[in-house]
Amino acid sequence: MIPAAFAYARPTTVDEALSAIAAGGEDVKIMAGGQSLIPVMRLRLAAPETVVDLTKVTELRGVREDGDSLVIGSMTTHSDILRDPLIARYGKLIAEATETVADPAVRHRGTFGGALAHADPAGDLPAVALALDAEFVIAGPGGARRSVPAAAFFVDYLTTALEDGELLVEIRVPKLGEGWGVRYEKFNRVAQAWSIVAVAAAVRREGSTIAEARIGLTNMGSTPLRATAVEQALVGADVSLETVTAAAAQAAEGTEPSSDLNAQADYRQHLARVLTGRAVRAAAGL
Amino acid sequence: MTLTDEPTTVTEPAKEVGSARLRKEDGRLITGKTNWTDNMVLPGMLHMAFLRSPVAHGTISNLDVSAAKDRPNVVAVFTGQDFKDEQGSIPCAWPVTPDMVNPGHPSIAVDTVNHVGEAVAIVVARTRTAAVDAVEAIDVDYTNIPVVLDMEEAVKDGADLVHASTSSNTSYHFVFDAGEAGTGTDTDAAFADAEVTVSRRFVQQRLIPAFMEPRSAVVGVSGDNYTLWSATQIPHILRVMGALTTGIPEHKLRVVAPDVGGGFGGKLQVCPEEILALLVARRLGKPVKWTETRSESLMTAHHGRDQVQFIDVAAKKDGTVTGLRVRLLADMGAYLRLITPGVPALGAFMFPGIYKFPAYRFECDGVFTNKVPTDAYRGAGRPEATFAIERIMDELAVELDMDPMELRRKNWINAEEFPFTSVAGLQYDSGDYEQATQAALELLGYDELRAEQKQRRESGDPVQLGIGISTFTEMCGLAPSRVLGSLAFGAGGWEQASIRMLPTGKVEVITGSTPHGQGHETAWSQIAADQLGVPFEDIEVLHGDTAVSARGLDTYGSRSLVVGGTAVVKAAEKVVAKARKIAAHLLEASEDDLEFSGGKFSVKGTPGAGLGIQEIALAIFAAHDYPEGIEPSIDAEAAFDPVNFSFPHGTHLCAMEVDTDTGFVKIRKYACVDDIGNIVNPIIVEGQMHGGLAQGISQALYEEAIYDADGNLTTGTFVDYLVPSAMDLPTFHTGNTTHAATSNPLGAKGVGEAGCIASTPAVVNAALDAVRHLGVKDILMPLTPERVWRAIHQGGDGGARAAEGSNAYGGARTTESGYEEAK
Repeated sequence: MIPAAFAYARPTTVDEALSAIAAGGEDVKIMAGGQSLIPVMRLRLAAPETVVDLTKVTELRGVREDGDSLVIGSMTTHSDILRDPLIARYGKLIAEATETVADPAVRHRGTFGGALAHADPAGDLPAVALALDAEFVIAGPGGARRSVPAAAFFVDYLTTALEDGELLVEIRVPKLGEGWGVRYEKFNRVAQAWSIVAVAAAVRREGSTIAEARIGLTNMGSTPLRATAVEQALVGADVSLETVTAAAAQAAEGTEPSSDLNAQADYRQHLARVLTGRAVRAAAGL
Repeated sequence: MTLTDEPTTVTEPAKEVGSARLRKEDGRLITGKTNWTDNMVLPGMLHMAFLRSPVAHGTISNLDVSAAKDRPNVVAVFTGQDFKDEQGSIPCAWPVTPDMVNPGHPSIAVDTVNHVGEAVAIVVARTRTAAVDAVEAIDVDYTNIPVVLDMEEAVKDGADLVHASTSSNTSYHFVFDAGEAGTGTDTDAAFADAEVTVSRRFVQQRLIPAFMEPRSAVVGVSGDNYTLWSATQIPHILRVMGALTTGIPEHKLRVVAPDVGGGFGGKLQVCPEEILALLVARRLGKPVKWTETRSESLMTAHHGRDQVQFIDVAAKKDGTVTGLRVRLLADMGAYLRLITPGVPALGAFMFPGIYKFPAYRFECDGVFTNKVPTDAYRGAGRPEATFAIERIMDELAVELDMDPMELRRKNWINAEEFPFTSVAGLQYDSGDYEQATQAALELLGYDELRAEQKQRRESGDPVQLGIGISTFTEMCGLAPSRVLGSLAFGAGGWEQASIRMLPTGKVEVITGSTPHGQGHETAWSQIAADQLGVPFEDIEVLHGDTAVSARGLDTYGSRSLVVGGTAVVKAAEKVVAKARKIAAHLLEASEDDLEFSGGKFSVKGTPGAGLGIQEIALAIFAAHDYPEGIEPSIDAEAAFDPVNFSFPHGTHLCAMEVDTDTGFVKIRKYACVDDIGNIVNPIIVEGQMHGGLAQGISQALYEEAIYDADGNLTTGTFVDYLVPSAMDLPTFHTGNTTHAATSNPLGAKGVGEAGCIASTPAVVNAALDAVRHLGVKDILMPLTPERVWRAIHQGGDGGARAAEGSNAYGGARTTESGYEEAK
């Protein structure tokens, strides 16, 4: 299929990008890796007036550290993430989830920020960002910056806190160092497919008890979700199969997953419980 | 030098046939640097784009194309009204019964639409982009008619009709009764006397062929001559049918299938779009091109399978089978295409499989629904039959508390019984089921896996293990022309080959069996190299162009090597015979005294004196010195019509792990040993096996075309129509036994469909074997994790899937405006 006609801008700096977005008319789409946008444009599900292509905005690409945080440029590709030494050291949960994204060709072009701004609840990275309490740094018209926590960033299906004229610049996540175990437990039918359900778990042990637990759910509603009840049940608990299994049984609480040809809602809720148990066990080293 | 000084043993030249030659065509095919149809550009060529119906059943109440005509670069916009008097009907070549109802199949809807995706208007523009853009400017309204989707509802009295012109949705009722045919005993009596009967209802889900290269057609116009380039499996058949349908005289129509990127039966068709490209080119007097999008392909190219199978088996308590009864509902879709009605009817002859049933009866109703038509898809009738018989043999084993392999062994045809005439009247040529089975059991490591299965059951492991069996045969090498005639098929089953011996000694082999990825160029070169004794590299294989390869019946039904390859052998024999006369003349010897070996004629008992066939080619090109009374040519052609099918067989074993907590199934190990007769090229065979296995496994585990309650295709993209990649499939452990086919001089049986036919029931049997002790008796295909989980924990067969598409990336599916966001 051929997309409907559109205007095209390819800025090289964030300032240029903001100007191009401002000048782009009523319906501007910002293209990062294009791995979601181009298919929907080819199917004419989207017909933007202007596409602003960020591929050449090099300042948005790369990972750096800032105190206790990792700062990931929004245009950092999935394959960049998988090769990055800081991610390998402090961002293992991100790396695990990124490894499961589609196939090598998609990971070569697709970006961390693009996947988050697209906010597909079946995407793998939103639940990870949510579990990590990521901070989304957004540049607005004129260059003003604001920061939005993950809990407020994901608003609805394919909808984020990004306003018209704004641009996601970088994502700040806490470093998970010593003591943390992580697991991204993805469930899909074939390797290149989206998650039917997936669970992102990060667990910090202190001896034989769980000191902290962060659990994000993929594709269990119109946005990524935190399994808050499971987290609360885990914190302070002994690391044992029994406590983990009992905690994981609460994974579907408050979720309203969709029914589609991969899974009806009740089965998704069942999967969330099973996969949460598996993810937490792996993260806790059981 | 004396005669006795010569060595007494003559070394046979190395044989090409049997050697693992790399495929000579792969370089250009894999890199795409070749003449795919969509790569074609003709001067002044226009582009076609279709407006397609978003409703499954309705009348066109308003169709206004004026705004589209005004769009930039648009040359013309046509509707069904413009072509209603000249479009005829897409041909159906297989009226399986004399009273079969065929309501006709317009290439473009005139006043009624009968499935989502049916063409409603055609935009012709100077660029493809302009054509696609202008489609959106067409104003169309439909008045909905009740939609018919479920076959079991459609055949009931008083059901809503797909075609108002018919009295029911049943197109035909086809019966094969072995008792009546004289090939078996009375089936009713067999069931009346049975000690044990088992009855099951199996569902063959609807599948989409999903060939890699989308369909594409280009029509060139030169006066009243037309050339149709098409990504088709069947240029020869398309030429005949295209001429008959459009009224373009056959001698004014040339059809070319350039390199074609896969088909799997999906391009064994006279496509509406091909006919419309011809009609538009004729109307405008201009060349036109149409290439489908992937979404268009999934929605409008013909689908495969889609049967409800009711199967009953009768047996004695000791496991001896005594009768088989099959009743099918076969979904035709909205129209009958080229062999739509024949696919399930062809399967009629394979339900008895490798077993000695004394009694057999088969009935099939072809049923119209408001879906895209079904037609050939890899195996075409045989996978459906093999699935049903191999599944119910397992069910009978459970009923009798017998080992499933023992039950099969008790009933299969023994090696010494070949040739064996089956209860369906087919004469199986050769084989040894026990030998293949033993080899497969060893390849799998059967005993160790059975032990592990037992251990997992006893420990209550959440991951259970099962082993599935499929001992299958199939009919290949379509087909003896007289048999096709007796089945009312509209064509023969012979194949043609020509050999041109060029002056420089190079050789052109022209085949009527048009490849679409199988590797004919390599295999035919190997055959011709051995037959003619010329180097492999000196041979070029030409195909696919009706102006080059004048006669042919193309590629499908695992026929190319068996029938088309044999035609090459026959043509080569003629070349050698013609060359022999000239060699005798030039060597001043009697023909009877000549030996032909390694491409060289030599005089018996006169070593050293000899003449190569390539030298003879030059000599006869010059034609200065050749015998009186013969033509100055050693070129030859031959047509070969087989006297029988060939019958590959094999034993396929699948070990399957089932995660009872999630329902996820994972193939632990897959082993198969196939007897496909003599092998021309082991690498091509291995490739065909791997691809066939992937496709058969995919039916069991992944693929299903799903329509929602309104008749929209939910699985309209590869997000929702799942095909596996190498990541999802196991290593295949394959082997061969060899029992040559008796119906062709190559001894080849055909391998193009074997893996796809055999594997599906092995996979499903394996999954069931893993969880049968948990009360599971059947699970619908594909075995999605959800279905497996529900079958284990809620009983039943896993149930229907939700018809909503995945919400990933906005998940496209067909609805009002063509597409709509799943949200």
